[in-house]
Amino acid sequence: MLADTVIILVKILVILLGIALTAGALLTFVERKQSAWIQNRVGPNRANIFGHIRGDKFKDSIKLGGLLHLAADGLKMLLKEDIIPKGANRVLHTAAPAIVLFPVLVGFAIIPWADHWCAGGLTLLVNHRDVCLSESHNLFSIADLDVGFLFVFAIASLSVYGGAIAGWSSNNKFSFFGGLRASSQMVSYEVPMGLSVLGIVMIFGTLNLNEIVRAQGDLLFGVLPAWGIFVQPLGFIIFLTAMIAENKRAPFDCPEGESEIVSGYMTEYSGLKFGILQLSEFIAVIFIASIVSVLFLGGWQVPYLYGDGFHMPHSAFFPLFALLFFVVGGYLIAVGVRREQMLQKIAGGLLVVLGLVYAVMSTTQANGVQHLPYEGVVLLRLGTMFAKVIFMVWLQLMIRWTVPRFRYDQIMQLGWKIMLPAALVNLLITAIILIPLFS
Amino acid sequence: MPKVVTREPMSVLERSFVPEIIRGLSTTIKHFFHAASGQNYHEKQHLWFLNKGNVTYNYPEDVRTYPKRYRGQHRLMLREDGNVRCVACMCCSTICPANCIHITAAESDDPSVEKYPASFVIDELRCIFCGFCVEACPCDAIRMDTGLHVQPFLDRNNAYYGRDLLMELGELSVAIQGGDKS
Repeated sequence: MLADTVIILVKILVILLGIALTAGALLTFVERKQSAWIQNRVGPNRANIFGHIRGDKFKDSIKLGGLLHLAADGLKMLLKEDIIPKGANRVLHTAAPAIVLFPVLVGFAIIPWADHWCAGGLTLLVNHRDVCLSESHNLFSIADLDVGFLFVFAIASLSVYGGAIAGWSSNNKFSFFGGLRASSQMVSYEVPMGLSVLGIVMIFGTLNLNEIVRAQGDLLFGVLPAWGIFVQPLGFIIFLTAMIAENKRAPFDCPEGESEIVSGYMTEYSGLKFGILQLSEFIAVIFIASIVSVLFLGGWQVPYLYGDGFHMPHSAFFPLFALLFFVVGGYLIAVGVRREQMLQKIAGGLLVVLGLVYAVMSTTQANGVQHLPYEGVVLLRLGTMFAKVIFMVWLQLMIRWTVPRFRYDQIMQLGWKIMLPAALVNLLITAIILIPLFS
Repeated sequence: MPKVVTREPMSVLERSFVPEIIRGLSTTIKHFFHAASGQNYHEKQHLWFLNKGNVTYNYPEDVRTYPKRYRGQHRLMLREDGNVRCVACMCCSTICPANCIHITAAESDDPSVEKYPASFVIDELRCIFCGFCVEACPCDAIRMDTGLHVQPFLDRNNAYYGRDLLMELGELSVAIQGGDKS
């Protein structure tokens, strides 16, 4: 009993502090850097310690590639004056950032970062589902809820209250408009979002997120992994769009709309409260990335990797994967060496090592099967989950810096006239395809 | 007669936004990876993808190479005995269009030298870096070939560069003082 409590506390600490808050803070820097690169700029790289702004000392100072801007920004947020405007509702104005942050953090409770830890041996069924022979421990998600799926949407839609309350309590017309826009936008996107993922539930037949990920390890036509994006491509697009809209980031940042209503519901916030509002947006980016990875990108599933090792459909898949990693990694290393960039060298090196692993396995495999120790499988799965989350975060930032803001009526039209019918059609087609499979 | 603007109605694919957003994304992703591959220093590389990327110089670390005749901060050249080469002829201060050179002449103790500048002050904030002073100098005493920027000043008084400061970067000049007399 005590051990279970300790494990849960450790999980909460690691996932919330280690993943959500740290990565969320890191994203404030990443977004600045990534937007800079998209726009052919250099991005933040000037903050330094143990140096001087001018002269030769600047060259020797520690800059960490601009990462110190994080510390500078955080310190600035902490030290700024916290202003509560005249006529504002003091209690709600102070509570609103917490109300925004809370649901975003709670959502992380049900994300499975890897399969349950199987203490004893496991066996593989014919359909590639692995069964744990002894008891399994839930080590990689805070709570393994059977209604995990519903919990996500129940919690995710709560965060709009924070925005609405922040807008109302600020005693500012622009803030109020921001809050109103946030609420109405939420209403028009909740419905298609819920409908778009119903297809996933129909196909995999469960609401438990870990079970959904497990089911995505099946193979379609014996080759393609049954990831959500392959069985529900339309659902994926609608869900991603609706989630970005839910997070109130461009192209759906009408509630902030800085060219129209100053900064929306954040207008009257300053100091750490403003920082929390911003931070929760970035944490929500990570949450969206992880929930999309879990539902549509196969979560912790590595293609063709099962509990006891790789089971490739064909023995030629190992050298194919190795070649793929070698080409991409070699390209990265070539760029890194020529331009003297450490990051590219490291990333390319990692990919080449992965390619080497696949190359070694292609010699030791037996007819496409390569057994691996269970610990290695779990590590690979964790790494894959993180890689997918990082990719989705990157994609969201790319979309945010590519697409201009929708006008207000365009958002409503997109939500009600395009996405809602599309989600319904998607649901109908899914049902029609599934009926013969089940009867 | 008002001008009639014909608007092309959007096709179904355009109205679904998806292909258009993917098109836009491909552009931004291209730019992202070019910039992520590092800095492009305008030097032609062998591989095509190395010729893309950011062209910004991170100034204090990466300094652009200047042409040899770049006019930078002034310096005063030296004689063989280490004294200033300038004979206080006032040519430079006369020709200076910005009127930024101020010389006070004094009699030299050396019998072979008539005058020397007791004070030689250049107001670097007024200087327009035209290089006329260098052209005008008959003794090769003043040069602007240091290749240095004049640093920004927090106090205007620091912008008055005196004789000794200008001589710090000076070297021995091989030109014959006053021209070849033979």
